[in-house]
Amino acid sequence: MRGVANSLRGYLDAASTEPLHPAAREILREAYDTGWADPARLYGSARRARLLLDNAREIVAAAIGARPDEVSFTASGTQAVHLAVLGTIAARTRTGRHVVVSAVEHSSVLHAAASVPSAEVDRVPVDRTGLVDPVVFAASLRPDTALACLQAANHEVGSVQPVAEVAMLCAERDVPLIVDAAQTVGRLAVPDGWSVLAASAHKWGGPPGVGVLAVRRRTRWRPPWPEDERGAGRVPGFENVPGAIAAAAALRARLAEAQELNGVHTPLVDWIRARIPELVSDVEVVGHPTRRLPHIVTFSCLYVDGEALLTELDREGFAVSSGSSCTASTLTPSHVLEAMGVLTHGNIRVSLSRTTTEEDVARFLHVLPDVVRRLRASAGVDGL
Amino acid sequence: MTELPSPDLTLDCRSMRCPLPVIELAKRIADVAPSGLVAVMADDPAAATDIPAWCRLRGHLYLGTGEPVDGAPTYLVRRSR
Repeated sequence: MRGVANSLRGYLDAASTEPLHPAAREILREAYDTGWADPARLYGSARRARLLLDNAREIVAAAIGARPDEVSFTASGTQAVHLAVLGTIAARTRTGRHVVVSAVEHSSVLHAAASVPSAEVDRVPVDRTGLVDPVVFAASLRPDTALACLQAANHEVGSVQPVAEVAMLCAERDVPLIVDAAQTVGRLAVPDGWSVLAASAHKWGGPPGVGVLAVRRRTRWRPPWPEDERGAGRVPGFENVPGAIAAAAALRARLAEAQELNGVHTPLVDWIRARIPELVSDVEVVGHPTRRLPHIVTFSCLYVDGEALLTELDREGFAVSSGSSCTASTLTPSHVLEAMGVLTHGNIRVSLSRTTTEEDVARFLHVLPDVVRRLRASAGVDGL
Repeated sequence: MTELPSPDLTLDCRSMRCPLPVIELAKRIADVAPSGLVAVMADDPAAATDIPAWCRLRGHLYLGTGEPVDGAPTYLVRRSR
């Protein structure tokens, strides 16, 4: 873990994206030489591309507990989510148009559900730590429920959802469960019970432009887009074979080191969670303290502008993200923080990358209190 | 809302971006007596979450929304302490 570029030292935004895993770098370059041909053709170079693609699919399938023929590569995690939601609804129009989602799903899930004509979308509330209650979730299911969506873990606050429990309740009612596992794959075991699963390679250190869509064989699913023979009939277009090969290599490497990395990240996040309220006054650390992803911690600083906080931390060499309004492309605050009922302003999400060290975290904890103090002083909110 | 007394203090925080409405509320809450009622008019969408969250953190009582004023929601807070 030594010897990485200096630009990665203050990189604490792994939940947005991980840099390409070193184990995938050489393989990606090679794959453009070995896996460039059309995997649908029958000559030698094409058969080699097909073999490499099938091998990548097998690696990913094993990692998520699926059969290889259940897995397709998509152009992104977002596309995988869109296909998951729209393809499941398309196969169940006779059941109904009722969709159940947790209130803290990734926006791609909420947007996909909202795009379905005449769909009725119910958002299941979460508690203050961001978790759904399986009983409340199940109570939202109806005879005309076409599908339910629950993330494996929350992308903004790291809380790990009770997916296996919810999946069991969905199965009892014959409702397919779509699980967005983008933050989980490569870090924690994928929970049992999903009907359709979506993930994204760049979150585990694979290249961008590769997502994963897995559909259980017993789950009814129909292409929501014009039919195409590619991607096992699920994903249109010529496969990104080199990308899939590199994604699989990164995933294999990441899984091999997951236990070790989690052993580093979990105590570092515990340290941040414990120290921040001691170092900064009027701060709320959010998300579940123990039932959480190893690498994500989120907190909100009272009276501080989120955008100013990001700018100041960037100046100090730290890359973090924020769910506060005015910090993204939107003027509305994070729907996740809203649903949890926690402060939306002055919000910072820290997410540890595979190269993050204790020294990086120590420096962040050293810098943050002064940044917050300065911003509060300049806003005249000291001692409020 | 039923039978809420009229507020002891009304803060016009329309067109203020978060976190300014919460800062204004924090600065002015002491202007009412304990158990006094403050109404905050705010059209920034973050206020809907941040005002109740601030009340929880500061131990004041968040009573919910009152009558909108020119389309801007009004948030009602009862001072504790």
